[in-house]
Amino acid sequence: MSTDTHAAGAHDHHHEGGHAHSTFSGYMLGFVLSVVLTAIPFWLVMSGALPSKQITALVIMAFAIVQIVVHMVYFLHMNTTSENGWTMMALIFTIVMVVIALSGSLWVMSHLNSNMMPMHQMSGMK
Amino acid sequence: MSPDLLKLIFGRLGLESLPLHEPIVVGTFVVVALGGAALLGALTYFRLWGYLWREWFTTVDHKRIGIMYMILGIVMLLRGFADALMMRGQQMLAFNGSEGYLNAHHYDQIFTAHGVIMIFFVAMPLVTGLMNYVVPLQIGARDVSFPFLNNFSFWMTVGGAVLVMASLFIGEFARTGWLAYPPLSNIGYSPDVGVDYYIWALQVAGVGTTLSGINLICTIVKLRCPGMTMMKMPVFTWTSLCTNVLIVASFPVLTVVLALLSLDRYVGTNFFTNDFGGSPMMYVNLIWIWGHPEVYILVLPAFGIFSEVTSTFSGKRLFGYTSMVYATVVITILSYLVWLHHFFTMGSGASVNSFFGITTMIISIPTGAKMFNWLFTMYRGRIRYELPMMWTIAFMLTFVIGGMTGVLLAVPPADFVLHNSLFLIAHFHNVIIGGVVFGAFAGINYWFPKAFGFKLDPFWGKMSFWFWVTGFYLAFMPLYVLGLMGVTRRLRVFDDPSLQIWFVIAAIGAVFVFIGILAMLMQFAVSLLKREQLKDVTGDPWDARTLEWATSSPPPDYNFAFTPVVHDNDAWWDMKRRGYQRPLTGFKPIHMPSSTGTGIILAGFATAMGFALVWYMWWLAALSFIAMLAVGIGHTFNYHRDFDIPADDVIRTEDARTKLLAGAK
Repeated sequence: MSTDTHAAGAHDHHHEGGHAHSTFSGYMLGFVLSVVLTAIPFWLVMSGALPSKQITALVIMAFAIVQIVVHMVYFLHMNTTSENGWTMMALIFTIVMVVIALSGSLWVMSHLNSNMMPMHQMSGMK
Repeated sequence: MSPDLLKLIFGRLGLESLPLHEPIVVGTFVVVALGGAALLGALTYFRLWGYLWREWFTTVDHKRIGIMYMILGIVMLLRGFADALMMRGQQMLAFNGSEGYLNAHHYDQIFTAHGVIMIFFVAMPLVTGLMNYVVPLQIGARDVSFPFLNNFSFWMTVGGAVLVMASLFIGEFARTGWLAYPPLSNIGYSPDVGVDYYIWALQVAGVGTTLSGINLICTIVKLRCPGMTMMKMPVFTWTSLCTNVLIVASFPVLTVVLALLSLDRYVGTNFFTNDFGGSPMMYVNLIWIWGHPEVYILVLPAFGIFSEVTSTFSGKRLFGYTSMVYATVVITILSYLVWLHHFFTMGSGASVNSFFGITTMIISIPTGAKMFNWLFTMYRGRIRYELPMMWTIAFMLTFVIGGMTGVLLAVPPADFVLHNSLFLIAHFHNVIIGGVVFGAFAGINYWFPKAFGFKLDPFWGKMSFWFWVTGFYLAFMPLYVLGLMGVTRRLRVFDDPSLQIWFVIAAIGAVFVFIGILAMLMQFAVSLLKREQLKDVTGDPWDARTLEWATSSPPPDYNFAFTPVVHDNDAWWDMKRRGYQRPLTGFKPIHMPSSTGTGIILAGFATAMGFALVWYMWWLAALSFIAMLAVGIGHTFNYHRDFDIPADDVIRTEDARTKLLAGAK
């Protein structure tokens, strides 16, 4: 790297190595995919195509996760090699953090719920 | 004017909001107002406003921003410590039927403000300031990745501090304890402005902290000089990287939790209420998902400072560099797996409590490994007992005690006895003062000559050191005893007269610490007066090992005339050993970012918005929000963001240094 690239942030004309290139077709594909992935959950809820609400909710969650992946690949141009693997590392770290926070909270709060007084007894005490 | 119109303009704010009935606050206000007026008058008289605005307030230089963070931290330390002294005084006096001198309303605000200020506006600025100053120099960079963002982050932190300080004289602060647990912090139990001040101060400052975290991660990942692979980075840079990763991953949780709490308070949602399906325990759960990483955010950079200091003052390469790096990374991950140990008593079952108890105990393993690394670095080293090294040794002794009481608290059955007792208070002051504060002081004494070109006065430094260390032990060891006897935290009056002696000892300890703080201020003043005697022209007063010592003290705006090339962990030590010659010719113009006032203006509007939301002045909130957007968008049209330092200026600066170096030999 030349000395100039170390001069702080104001200029970013140079291209970093390993940056996935964005193309029109790539953006279009991403756009179409994300529209489809948004439309299907809407349709599921509005038509009530699935028998139970719980299954609908789970399916929507699954679509949301796919949607996140589509955004990351087509709009954020993330792949395993971009930025020397740093984006992948950051993604893995993020997933680990989110899983810890969500599953931990669910576990902790459900434990608390089952150990504390049931709700109907609580309201009976008022 | 009609009451309706007044309410429209001023919201909840009225003359009765001013704490005129509290003589202590009024007295403080008079002193602060006189001091402030004197300061502003002096700045005007000496025509310093233009200089301050051009050279400091609008600067994007990471070094100056770092120094401003340190000044903010030290100023807020005085406020936070004043609160501590008042609490110690109250608890010492309130025996045998005496109510002490603070009423409950005031006392509750004081212990809340003490915690909030010490964590968010003392420890965080000191740590961020040191990282800001040192990291770019250690990795051979010219500035951080996003210099303007750095300035903005600093002023947002100041904005939060301003809101906390404003609450002292306009209205009141939260009376909830430093984490504002609901249901107490909900609108039903805290209808006044205190919790709103708390929320908006932390939200404004939190923006700054998060952005500065992103900035420093990017700097460390992208701007390292050639040859500096990840495993050749100085340990302080490594711990800074991990700390900033923790910041970026955990502060959003705090932001969201506080946002949900504000929805409960402002629009009547029921996230954390007792009824309508809300759960206050969810708040406790979420805020500790942020809160536990937060203590590692504070202590990891301190570990980095101790690593640099130990190897420099032992004259040896750091023992076990690789294990140090891995220990830091392991702590980073593990710090997310222990949060429940803050509320073992909330009613989870044995499996949950054992899991979090065990993870908490595991985290002491990498920390212990670090301790041994420092000891082995000192082993057979030629140790120089200068001030930074003294603070480091005080840390090692103190922190081990704090760590052991921490492992004790990590045992759930023991925690059921000690939860919320003064034992806990003693424990976390033991690790935060012994770790973070001693670390910051070691860092200040170590890097001060780099920042200003002269060392700090050792006599007053030693005075400060001994008063701080003995004061710490006098103030907190009695709290361990009291905690084991079952005394809980945040009490205002006591029934059992046999406890009084311990509180008297603790108060004496607090006075010792106070003398220590005064001695430190004295140290700064004396060093400034004796700067010619304490001068260092070499740029490397400690015979140190990392890159920041390769440039002059203070470093030029551009840090390094030529970007250094690194071949070894201890880059500067390696350069010295191989007979490195400073380049004297061939200087080129250097591309640098320009100063901008946008950061301070944006933060000013953000602070105004926070203040408006606290007092329900909706028009002002909307106006400041729109102003923020306008200024932010306006800034995107500012194309004068960078400039070149002409080669002539670089030559002049470097020639001056050549002359100084020749004179030194």
